[in-house]
Amino acid sequence: MAFIKITSPHAHKPGNTGSVMQTVLLATLPGIAVLTAFFGPGTLVNILLTSLFCLAFEAAFLALRKKRIAFYLKDYSALVTAFLLALALPPYAPWWLIATGSLFAIVIAKQLYGGLGYNPFNPAMVGYIVLLISFPLEMSSWPAASPTLSDGAQLPGIIATLQQVFLGVPIDGYTGATPLDLLKQNQSQLISDLYANTSAFNQGRWAGAGWEWVNLAFLGGGIFLLYKKIFTWHAPIAMLASLGLLAALFYDGGSSTSSGSPLFHWLSGATMLGAFFIVTDPVTSAVSVRGRLIYGALVGALVFIIRVWGNYPDAMAFAVLLMNFAAPFIDYYTKPRTYGHKSGPKSQA
Amino acid sequence: MSQYKEIVSNGLWKNNPALVQLLGLCPLLAVTGSVVNALGLGLATMLVLVGSNIAVSLIRNAVSDAVRLPAFVMIIAAFTTCTELLMQAFTFELYQILGIFIPLIVTNCAILGRADAFASKNSILPSAIDGLMMGMGFLCVLVAIGAIRESIGSGTLFNNMQLLFGESARGWSIQLFGEGYRGFLVAVLPPGAFLVAGMLIALKNSIDSHLQARAAANKVKLEKGSKRVRTTGQVA
Repeated sequence: MAFIKITSPHAHKPGNTGSVMQTVLLATLPGIAVLTAFFGPGTLVNILLTSLFCLAFEAAFLALRKKRIAFYLKDYSALVTAFLLALALPPYAPWWLIATGSLFAIVIAKQLYGGLGYNPFNPAMVGYIVLLISFPLEMSSWPAASPTLSDGAQLPGIIATLQQVFLGVPIDGYTGATPLDLLKQNQSQLISDLYANTSAFNQGRWAGAGWEWVNLAFLGGGIFLLYKKIFTWHAPIAMLASLGLLAALFYDGGSSTSSGSPLFHWLSGATMLGAFFIVTDPVTSAVSVRGRLIYGALVGALVFIIRVWGNYPDAMAFAVLLMNFAAPFIDYYTKPRTYGHKSGPKSQA
Repeated sequence: MSQYKEIVSNGLWKNNPALVQLLGLCPLLAVTGSVVNALGLGLATMLVLVGSNIAVSLIRNAVSDAVRLPAFVMIIAAFTTCTELLMQAFTFELYQILGIFIPLIVTNCAILGRADAFASKNSILPSAIDGLMMGMGFLCVLVAIGAIRESIGSGTLFNNMQLLFGESARGWSIQLFGEGYRGFLVAVLPPGAFLVAGMLIALKNSIDSHLQARAAANKVKLEKGSKRVRTTGQVA
């Protein structure tokens, strides 16, 4: 009887980019469901439009670059970019905003650098940042979560949504300050008063109505991806840990100048979406285990710093792009020692 | 005459300071938010470049190698000061808008580069023409970037030209996309400058490679086995 000796790694089926990306798409579903439940159909329209634009731009530029269009579209990477961009954009964003964001994400940040695997920056975050600094008004008008709507008001219907997105007919009274906005603008209230007096907080349980569930849903999706071994735990956990640690260090028990508790920072804004879907991007993050720990921790630190002392209420995209710059540098200094070599980048020269 | 032709094509296209040598990027990126700013700084740079090239060419045999760079920088600084005073006198508002970037012309490597690479080795007339053409090449790129950024970023073209050309130029402003255009802010912010400059460089390279491919296609191909014709005497 012949035993065939196979050395590790023992992969039991061939993996490919497409199936990994499909799993990532699957993992965003709980988050999408919760966003839709709290903010209405705007998120779904966002996803539909970004997918359409991203795939169209991807196909057009693959054609211009004389690449195999169907082959590269089937790796689903453009669709993942589209989903992440759609989830980051405020629901009910006008269609031209979505088109511009998709253009920058796919064409400038991805295809001009050479396509998937060559992009130094996370495409979805580049698209988001370009929009954020170019159209601050549209990008900061987040809808109010359904528990905070005043009596009688309802989430926008699908007709009103399409009118707002394509014709610019505004929906009455649908925007509301996010918990991060409220904390940033808070001048004189103690945190406990702020929580008691504003509907964005007192309708919620821990960190603001709606947002806490959105973040928990993305956390669930992230845990599913961890279970599926799509990425390792190092970067997301390091990011959450450093964000929590800084929030705990600077938390002063809830004065009017407080920067928010760790729980608040974990469960508001784009924290969980960022931690599990953006920080873990294999192309633009650091590679080694130690590198990922450092990369994640610094993203978390930057998120806290920009949220608390910066001009913008949320900071995920800025933090990720800044660390994308630093990822090659981190990789250089955290090269794992290969067997038979001494450690450290210099000795390997 | 062919020498001057070479200088002209070098300055405007083949060795363009902004697109090929990538020198003087700081003003290139900083002041090209609108056509008038770009034109103002481009003209100032051109003036300094011509002046310094002529002056450097004049003293090229009197300055020893060891002290040539400090001497060149002093000359450039003198011309920059002249330009600055001229702008204060005639285009004061533009001078205030461009601010620090006028004195910073001294540090523009394109100017020192031409002084050292060309003017210190050539006589006055070629040096002057080289300065003019290099300045013109720089100016063209500056204005092109300014026009693209201004039209995308704020939807206008030739806005505020009265700062440079007097009151009669006030009406030159063109509204490109109608009053409702909101302006794509990233174009007038620093990242927009990098993006537009990069696109222009890519455009130039693609034109060059296109021309090269066409030249290669037009070249007469020798058939295999064809015989070489032996020639005597010189072909004029």
